[in-house]
Parts: sequence; C-alpha cells; structure tokens
Amino acid sequence: MPTAEEIKRRIEAAIPQAKADVQDYTGGGDHFQATVVSPAFAGLSRIEQHRLVYRVFGEEIGGPIHALSLRTETEPQL
Amino acid sequence: MSHDPQSPPSRPPEPPAESAPENPIRAAIAGAIDENAVLLFMKGTPDQPACGFSARTVAALQALQAPFAAVDVLPDPRIRQELSALSNWPTIPQLFVRGELVGGCDIVTEMYQSGELAQVLGVEAPQSPPEATEAEVAPRPLGIENRL
Repeated sequence: MPTAEEIKRRIEAAIPQAKADVQDYTGGGDHFQATVVSPAFAGLSRIEQHRLVYRVFGEEIGGPIHALSLRTETEPQL
Repeated sequence: MSHDPQSPPSRPPEPPAESAPENPIRAAIAGAIDENAVLLFMKGTPDQPACGFSARTVAALQALQAPFAAVDVLPDPRIRQELSALSNWPTIPQLFVRGELVGGCDIVTEMYQSGELAQVLGVEAPQSPPEATEAEVAPRPLGIENRL
C-alpha cells in the first residue's frame, strides 16, 4: 500500500521540477489528495495537467490507489 | 489548444463507433456522449450517489440548475473500463459537455468555484460568491461508509 510520502516522491521524480504536497485523505492508504506545482503544466489544460499526474501511477489509480484527488498549479499559490 | 507531448500523435481524435462493432459497450458509451449535451458518468444515480466524488460533482451541476443526463457505471465493470479507455481518464466521475471531457470531481469543483462551469454549461452563475456556497453545495467527498 503506497504512503503519501511515496506518492509525493514518485510525482516529483516523474514531473520536471515538480513540488508535490500529498495528504492521505482518510489515513487508510488508498485515498490521497495532492497539490502539484510544476512549470511543466504551463500551456496545458487542466485535463492534460491531471493526466500527466495520473500517468505516473497508471493502473494503480482505481486499484491500490482508490482515489487521487488533484490540484495542479504552474506556480505556487500564495 | 495545446497538446500533450507524450500522447502518440497517431491517435485519432474521435474513434468512430462503427469501427469497433465487436465492442458494443464502447459504441454505446460513444453514442451516449454524442447524444447528450451534458452527460455525467458516475457511481450510483444523481438521487443516490454511491461515492462522495460523484455526489460532489452532482451537487455542483444541481447548484447551477444545469440539466444533465447521468450514467451509472456500477452495474457493469466493463462500462468503467471502456469509458476510461475511450476518454484517457482513469477515475469516475467524468463529466462530458458537448462531446468533450470536462473533467472529474476535482476539475468540476474548481470550475464551479471559479464560475467557469456555469460558462461551459451556458447557465447563470450562482448569485452568491462561490466561497460562501461551497459548504452547502460541495459536501466533503467521503462519507463515513467509505472510511471502512
């Protein structure tokens, strides 16, 4: 079962210059909430930004990772 | 409109339903997307959502009093499988407007709060500021039954 820390690490490793803040939503290790900031999202629609993150996990989304709630930004919000 | 650099360039934008007669479920999904201006694929029904994320998406549409059709993906696991293959989107719910995937719960909620959802749907934005209505129309996505 993935941990929030592992999900953060994988997102940051896969997406250029990404900073991810990941919470285990329920403490159960299968519902996560992530805010991901990366300049790689610039110029992409929200759908495409989220697809980039979902792609890091492939088939795990909907499997071991039941839900990954996403918020994506190109620059950190104040 | 920008394109994802990692998508294979050869992928056709619209897989024609008639090219896959051996796949009636995918054809039915494509047909439903085509025929309904606003279509939500969800777990459960608008009256009885079976998942907090679906409930939250329904709440955003209902707060805008936007008419929408809904498909429950739960009765047959192949619906979800074929839908995700078609839309290149891994999770449920999925909201389609005029044949285009708008997003799942996160994007729809964000767009509701920013007023973009009302624009896309061609309805009046809510009168009160989104931050004031959020608590009423967007309940926390996870009910107690989902924590077990």
